Amino acid sequence: MAHRAQPLRLPGPPRVPGAVAAALVAGLVLGPLAAVALRAGGGFAPGPADWAALRFTVTQAAVSAGLSVLLAVPVARALARRRFPGRAALVTLLGAPFLLPVIVAVLGLLAVFGRGGILNSALGLAGVDPVSIYGFRGVVLAHVFFNLPLATRLILQGWLAIPAERFRLAASLNAPVGRLLEAPMLRAVVPGTLLLIFLLCLTSFAVALTLGGGPRATTVELAIYQALRFDFAPGRAAALALVQVALCLAGTLLALKIALPSAFGGGLDRRVQRWDARGPLWRAVDAGVIGAAALFLLAPLAMVVARGAPGLADLPPSIWAAALRSLAVALVSAALTVALALALALRGGRLATVAGTLPLAVSALVLGTGLFLIVRPVVSPLDVALPVTVLVNALMSVPFATAALVPAVASAEAAHGRLATSLGLTGWPRLRLVLLPRLRRPLGFAAGLAAALSMGDLGVIALFAGERQETLPLAMYRLMGAYRMEAAAGAGLLLLALTLALFWIFDRGGRVGADA
Amino acid sequence: MLTLEALRLRQGGFALAADAEVPPGGIVAIVGPSGGGKSTLLSAIAGFLAPEAGTVRWDGRDLAGLPPGERPVSILFQDGNLFPHLTVAQNVGLALGPRLRLSAEQAGRVDTVLSLVGLAGRGDDRPGQLSGGQQSRAALARVLLSGRPLILLDEPFAALGPALKDEMLDLVAGELAADGRLILMVSHDPQDALRVAERTMIVADGRVSGPLATAEVMADPPPALKAYLGR
Repeated sequence: MAHRAQPLRLPGPPRVPGAVAAALVAGLVLGPLAAVALRAGGGFAPGPADWAALRFTVTQAAVSAGLSVLLAVPVARALARRRFPGRAALVTLLGAPFLLPVIVAVLGLLAVFGRGGILNSALGLAGVDPVSIYGFRGVVLAHVFFNLPLATRLILQGWLAIPAERFRLAASLNAPVGRLLEAPMLRAVVPGTLLLIFLLCLTSFAVALTLGGGPRATTVELAIYQALRFDFAPGRAAALALVQVALCLAGTLLALKIALPSAFGGGLDRRVQRWDARGPLWRAVDAGVIGAAALFLLAPLAMVVARGAPGLADLPPSIWAAALRSLAVALVSAALTVALALALALRGGRLATVAGTLPLAVSALVLGTGLFLIVRPVVSPLDVALPVTVLVNALMSVPFATAALVPAVASAEAAHGRLATSLGLTGWPRLRLVLLPRLRRPLGFAAGLAAALSMGDLGVIALFAGERQETLPLAMYRLMGAYRMEAAAGAGLLLLALTLALFWIFDRGGRVGADA
Repeated sequence: MLTLEALRLRQGGFALAADAEVPPGGIVAIVGPSGGGKSTLLSAIAGFLAPEAGTVRWDGRDLAGLPPGERPVSILFQDGNLFPHLTVAQNVGLALGPRLRLSAEQAGRVDTVLSLVGLAGRGDDRPGQLSGGQQSRAALARVLLSGRPLILLDEPFAALGPALKDEMLDLVAGELAADGRLILMVSHDPQDALRVAERTMIVADGRVSGPLATAEVMADPPPALKAYLGR
């Protein structure tokens, strides 16, 4: 009997969990979104304060993105063409701000640039009036602190992607490297980098909460929080949440036109061999640029350690309780993220892509508002503060974890899928014997990333928690609000150590004994 | 008996037709120009490629719809025949079932087959710790243990040097072919065919022909093969 050719559906890894995970992600994103949309339907007209928040959000995101990229270009160029002791460490350090709890960074920035910080002390000695980093300037400063390293890594990737032969050819022709090689590379890399940072800054909450505020420096995210928490105006919060969703969607649509770069490029420790820029002036410029960037990144962190160490000994017991709560939230949330992302990655295809990207269309505070509106008629928001935080943190990490796992599953299947299929390895045995062992590194990385992001998160928890549900970042924020800066610094150091330790343990666990 | 019944295969723009009966037992070489469809033919028999039309039968049973792991077929590819993260014994043990929960008796059978291919005592090593020839032996041990009656070799020894390759071919002829299994062996070297295969099938010009006695094919090759052999 002849039968028609059909695409052969070979038995592969389990697919059902992926469908369940996609449904869960979709439900957890679209459910709160629907709650927000329903509540906002009451004919709410935005007032001047709301328009100001929208303007501020877009302006600060644009300025932050522009400044980050502008400063990142010379740093990336210097790192691409120089080799010096500590270069690899510095490149690794450029990946750290992604994991750094926002509130810890803010504390460090205040210690350097704040009213009583190093900078103003020096200015005072020189007889110059102190500068304030609250408001627009502070928000942009903090965003540049977080995104300059990211931009540098992305642009450095562009530099290292220029084949060495091109530089050799340019040198042999005595051609201008900048115009011939570097400008075209920058034209290709910069737009995506700008857009990525712009998008990240659009949903900024913790930075605006700590350094912004007031009518002139409130982001939409912060306005949602204030509407819900202080004005107790759920209708207004819901309307603002819709504005935030529109912002995110517009950004995401823009991102479809300009390819976003991958934030986790490896192999950045190479150096491009160059025959130009050898003069002492260029060397001095590059050394200055690298030194300034390192100082800008390291000084705030050093200040957190220096000011936090004395405070560690007499941290109030409530801080230790908060730390335990944070650890629990981080671990559960990381487990949930990894389970969802792994299920999606195993299934693959369009479903995984859509479900893996969906959380990017909403912000943490939008989800929080929706969940708040859903649970409030049933239970007190206080009672579900931690579970809701776990859920939202897990969801917000799903896109990063999926992005790490999807290509890893694809390459493991490409390398070993045929053999596994020929041996009848399907379903769970295939997962247990073939895929999980091959996925250890990205799994460890994804778990570490999700745990660190959740550990440092100051977002939804601020919306829901009372004193008894405080996580460590929230407790720290409240200490800062009460001007108990020493205790806050101690809590900050504890938070920093726990966050980095969580990431290190998971990431390391994925590497030790894993086959190349 | 392997029966290819009005089989039509298509992969991209490439098409291959086969009508053949291959009686069981012994080694059948599959020769022909590269890009001629030798691997495509094995893919279809192994169940990785659905035929456009026609049937693959083993002992009269239509194999259509059977996934690769449930066919009476073992296949060795050009590379990647061992999982690098599993031990040699685990890799071989996969022949006894995909769950890899081996009884003491089964573990003993793994040890026996490892000694048979000259890998006694290497069961706890990872494939990366073995030489290329030893890796081939480990893969052959798994095929041997699986006991499936039809074995497809898609040039698994291509990366080995000439002496090692001959050693592997002799191992195939001595151990695998011994129990009346049918072995289809893709080769681009006529010497391989002459060395171990009594029969030869030719895959060229979009057609599969044979099997014929290897000595006759090589003495008086049909035109398509003649050009490939350079005569």
